[in-house]
Amino acid sequence: MKEIHVDRIVEALEQLCLEANYDLGEDIMASFRRARESEASPLGKEVLDRLIENAQVAHDERVPMCQDTGMTVVFVEVGQDLHVVGGALTDALNEGVRRGYEKGYLRKSVVKDPFDRVNTGDNTPAVIHYNIVAGDRIRLVVAPKGAGSENMSALKMGKPSDGLEGVLQFVVDTVDKAGGNPCPPIIVGVGVGGTMEKAALLAKKALLRPVGEHHPEERLAKIEAELLERINKLGIGPQGFGGTTTALAVNLEVYPTHIAGMPMAVNIGCHSTRHKGVTLEGREA
Amino acid sequence: MAEIKRIETPLTHEMVAGLKAGDNVLINGVVYTARDAAHKKMVEALSRGEALPFDVKDQIIYFVGPTPAKPGQVIGSAGPTTSGRMDAYSPTLLALGLTGMIGKGLRSAEVIEAMKKHGAVYFGAIGGAGALIAKCIVAAEVIAYPELGPEAVRRLIVKDFPAMVIIDSEGNNLYETGKAQYRRA
Repeated sequence: MKEIHVDRIVEALEQLCLEANYDLGEDIMASFRRARESEASPLGKEVLDRLIENAQVAHDERVPMCQDTGMTVVFVEVGQDLHVVGGALTDALNEGVRRGYEKGYLRKSVVKDPFDRVNTGDNTPAVIHYNIVAGDRIRLVVAPKGAGSENMSALKMGKPSDGLEGVLQFVVDTVDKAGGNPCPPIIVGVGVGGTMEKAALLAKKALLRPVGEHHPEERLAKIEAELLERINKLGIGPQGFGGTTTALAVNLEVYPTHIAGMPMAVNIGCHSTRHKGVTLEGREA
Repeated sequence: MAEIKRIETPLTHEMVAGLKAGDNVLINGVVYTARDAAHKKMVEALSRGEALPFDVKDQIIYFVGPTPAKPGQVIGSAGPTTSGRMDAYSPTLLALGLTGMIGKGLRSAEVIEAMKKHGAVYFGAIGGAGALIAKCIVAAEVIAYPELGPEAVRRLIVKDFPAMVIIDSEGNNLYETGKAQYRRA
């Protein structure tokens, strides 16, 4: 069985926290440039120019692109043939977040208790999603999530009779109500099926898919395209100032569900939806 | 693009009356920062009969919680936060003479009514452009509630800080007119 020491996981996490906050994905940069060409509003074009400039400044000067450096969401895929040694994996992930947010001059945006609301001072704890997979490697993805867009997200336990149209309407209404709050042009993660928490998690994971990459199943890719078109007819536009680019992408994920169920979740990502990942190989024990 | 209006704080009622929704402005001078926790503390202080940490009359509050400054920086990344969370508190400050707010996103009907009643403007800065906006901030000093960390009240000096007038003192709202212009739904 292969082994990995927690120190390597701490280091990797620290680095991912910095990269996620300093370096916007090339997929999103490319979509800004495309949107800049297609956007009908002159003011909307101007906003897109500023977003491109902002991402460049952040990258060049090694500063966070946004002051809301988020609550740190971490997706972990652990190979079942890998043995983590030297400490607890969860502690290592949180230590990586702690170091990354301190060394990277990132904002500490987490309060210890939703009622008392005292800042934990180091952006921990992270929100960690584990998945056990085949193999002997570990994949770590850091997705810092700002509250501006997170707060505009929504979940509905629909009825099977709502059908596809019911889901489409829920997604479009959620985006319409959000207006300029979530920093449009947004990335819309949609999760349909499973149970309540499964739909929400699918929607969150959908935000990790590169912008411009469609669902591999054609019927689902078509739904994504239809949603994107309907959302971009809402007129909200970049920053909500009005325009034809309200969303850069709609990413849909589905899962089998109960005979009585139609859970649907929309997780909104801002224009600078951040995520960086790395896969680590174990060493022979 | 329409002409850009350069404004110098303090933001007087006369200046407020001259600003219209959709105006592109460059703000210069002192602005104060406050977001969720600082607003709560300020309004609680008022309810106890205590003074605010700064006189809000003719001032602008910027809804922001910056990242820590790196060595050599005046301030870290400093873009606007969602203004709607301050809706519960803004009318109280507007009644005391606050004339400007900078943030992003929708405001409640109560806030807009208070803006019309007392004469104030709501500016939008580009949400998520915190690295770029930080370059317009030439000085920053924590003046109250340091225990709140990123949510402490800061006195900033800004130079050519770019913003849009979203809602003016007559209640005209760029979010509504802009959306209506491009809406095909």
